[in-house]
Amino acid sequence: MKSRRPLHLKTILMILIMVIAGPLGNVLLAKGMKQVGKVAFWPPSGLLHVTLRVFRSTSVWLGVASLLTFFVANMMVLTWADYSYVLPAGSVAYAVIALLAYFMLGERVTLLHWIGIAIICVGVFTVGRTSPRTVDR
Amino acid sequence: MVGALVLFLLIVLAGTAGELCVSRAMKSVGEVNDFRPGAVAGVIFRAMRVGWMWAGILLMTLAFFSLLGVLSFENVSFVVPVSALSYLAGAAGGVIFLGEHVSLQRWIGILLVVVGVALVILGKR
Repeated sequence: MKSRRPLHLKTILMILIMVIAGPLGNVLLAKGMKQVGKVAFWPPSGLLHVTLRVFRSTSVWLGVASLLTFFVANMMVLTWADYSYVLPAGSVAYAVIALLAYFMLGERVTLLHWIGIAIICVGVFTVGRTSPRTVDR
Repeated sequence: MVGALVLFLLIVLAGTAGELCVSRAMKSVGEVNDFRPGAVAGVIFRAMRVGWMWAGILLMTLAFFSLLGVLSFENVSFVVPVSALSYLAGAAGGVIFLGEHVSLQRWIGILLVVVGVALVILGKR
């Protein structure tokens, strides 16, 4: 019988890339958008001006690249691993976001906020342990 | 405040509606079993010919720019957990538009996500 060890290692590596690249992407987007400044939706000329600044922000592009890395890793892992395994494993990302936001952006995260994140992780974990297909076809 | 609420609604509703449209488009394309590059390119090409796919891409783009907008003035450690409400919107949309059956355990998980989001909002200073 073929050893499952390499497959297991590959899955863990991909999920590790996902839970780092996804949150890192969001934090970089946040960093870029804070540099761009608060978006005003009116007048339209102001919105156009902000849009141009968004496209010139290095942090936003790095964030998009990081999110694309997450997306590709997610797609790849789903070609051999169950969605019901990947989804709960990915729920750790909510905690990683708070950690990165705290260390990279100096955001304040209260105790209640941490408890909320922990409950969201448990919730996503519970959702992920249900059957991924409920419709017969 | 109203602006932030509208943006959060767009992130959750447009994002979820976009994913539902993509899901509907991909179901009509059929299950993918061949992952060689040529076959994957073929699947993408077939998907692009389904109207639902384009509706999905448009809605997901709207959600992405709403996310950028809200990140310009809100903390990312607040925005991302709150956008987990898409699990609720997704389950409701799945039941209504795709005829999915959501089990009790999945509803319990979604309820936990909602409670967690409520705590994140309450914990905001």
